[in-house]
Amino acid sequence: MSTPQPAVAQLDSAHNGADRLTRLGTWLACCLTITLLLTCGSLIVGTSSIETSLGWLLSPDAQSAVVLWEIRLPRTVGAWFAGALLGLSGAIAQGVFRNPLAEPYLLGTASGAALGVTLSLLAASASVGALAWAEKLGVTGAACLGACAAIALTVGLSRGVLQTASLLLSGIVVAFLLSAVTSLLLLTKPDIWREMQTFLLGSTAFVSWSSVTLLAIVFCVCAVPALLLARGLDALTLGEDTAQSLGLSLPMLRLTLLGVVSLGTATAVGQVGIVGFVGLVAPHLVRETLSVNHRQLLIGAALCGGALLQAADLLCRWIIRPAELPVGAVTACVGGVYLTVLLWRRSRDG
Amino acid sequence: MADAHTSSQPASPALACENLSMGYGPRTVLEGISLEFYAGLWTAVVGPNGSGKSTLLHTLAGLREPRSGVILLQGRRLAAWPRRERARRLAWLAQMPGVTDLTASEVVALGRFAHGGWLAHRQAVDDAAMHRAMVATGSLSCGQRRLSTLSGGERQRVHLARVLAVEAPVLLLDEPTSHLDPPHQEDVARLLREQAYGCGVCVVSAIHDLSLALAADRLIVLGQQGVIGYGTVREALAADWLSAAFRTPVNIVEHRGVHLWRPAVPPARRSGEVSTRLDERL
Repeated sequence: MSTPQPAVAQLDSAHNGADRLTRLGTWLACCLTITLLLTCGSLIVGTSSIETSLGWLLSPDAQSAVVLWEIRLPRTVGAWFAGALLGLSGAIAQGVFRNPLAEPYLLGTASGAALGVTLSLLAASASVGALAWAEKLGVTGAACLGACAAIALTVGLSRGVLQTASLLLSGIVVAFLLSAVTSLLLLTKPDIWREMQTFLLGSTAFVSWSSVTLLAIVFCVCAVPALLLARGLDALTLGEDTAQSLGLSLPMLRLTLLGVVSLGTATAVGQVGIVGFVGLVAPHLVRETLSVNHRQLLIGAALCGGALLQAADLLCRWIIRPAELPVGAVTACVGGVYLTVLLWRRSRDG
Repeated sequence: MADAHTSSQPASPALACENLSMGYGPRTVLEGISLEFYAGLWTAVVGPNGSGKSTLLHTLAGLREPRSGVILLQGRRLAAWPRRERARRLAWLAQMPGVTDLTASEVVALGRFAHGGWLAHRQAVDDAAMHRAMVATGSLSCGQRRLSTLSGGERQRVHLARVLAVEAPVLLLDEPTSHLDPPHQEDVARLLREQAYGCGVCVVSAIHDLSLALAADRLIVLGQQGVIGYGTVREALAADWLSAAFRTPVNIVEHRGVHLWRPAVPPARRSGEVSTRLDERL
């Protein structure tokens, strides 16, 4: 092409575009700073007083080093990765379903994970052989398996991923069905109810370095295809027909991205239990503060989700020190309030 | 003018369909349709609501499976084209494209997807095509603004720019002038004409406004019972296809060589007469 192409390049650097970039940069810097502060904060908040923790940081001994680096640090880093996975999955789900209310659990993941954990606990209490088996699998493994089974059931019910409406409905059906089964099982064995509660309300307390490694690997595995296919989500905002006419393969796009959502959500649920609202709120938080395309939205939602769950983790340790609140309860409260405010603002602005 | 173009018509059609039938569920919308669309000609599809204009364009664009029949794009079956190669040759504009938070230039850049694919970065060729499309549609000034903040007319220009940025030899547009005010409709019609005459593109558009449709080179007139006729505007007027399609007399007048639709509405009253009816009612 012999024509010089100054205009589009010029447009990108025109004051409008430059403004956007600066805003994006500021936003990223803010988000990373908050994450860093939260990480530092969570090192000094725990069952011991803050003064003691600060003393540990300044002059560590063997015991305090274990508390700081083997309990508190993996916990907050794990919370970040789990939150980032949920935020990323939420943003993808909202893009694929073209629905701002979509969230990572909409394929029945949460109820499937709960049923998986219930079944493994029931089996463990039923027979010795099953106990060994259940221990090998662990709560996280059971949750992950349950989540995957629920997703498979949802996709099977809607006969594939082509019809988003029927996929959404199947997700709702599966979620209700599996929750009902879980409740019935818990009724017959009330003694496992307490153990279940930690899982149902979500908890970041048991995250070790090995779970952090798993979360980090899954996060990378999810983020790469998601960012590569972000342009497809951009195209989808113009409508399914238009996206198809641009040369995109919708089935491939949906299948890959829903696979990413499933993997990310199942892993996060397995490690930290059912933490609600992070996946729903994180993308909205990004959209409220920045106008972005999907690549930026996915990155932002992941960063935001990570920081949100870290903050929730910190709060749940802080509020009733030295005891702890379930992190899922904190995210649900904060997320619920935030969504209400968002709704009010929207209806006020018309 | 149209006749001069007929003679320079290339031998093989850019887009053609043979014996095409389509429908939804038990309902057959169009049956046994054979049409040919040539490069350098602008064809307007007109007809009453529900006559299948949109269905025909969707099917021709490969977005909806026909019940039976064959669609040929540049002589090759539409379904046989690899997805992206097809998207490079056939660009499609929806009747109501979604509103997004993307900027205008991001939307136009999506038109270049078929040229690069998932992994490609935007090249100088893409920038040049985007620039030309945005200049042609007058949407260059929208560049970095979000689509959701633009007016309806500006939005339509951006979407047209996205379609032009594909630089496809065949353009299918579903009601590109709907929801636009008259001057903007005029702009769009002029753009389609330029694309056909200046760039040799095969343009097919469904158009609601009869006066605009009559400015096209060819008319496809659809009625409730299928295709009423396919031919030049003169042929359409001579056989009065429009009245047959709409099942009511359609009044076309000629003014300085231009055909216009004149709605048969009784003339307005003069100012003194306005109040009489109201007085009677009171």
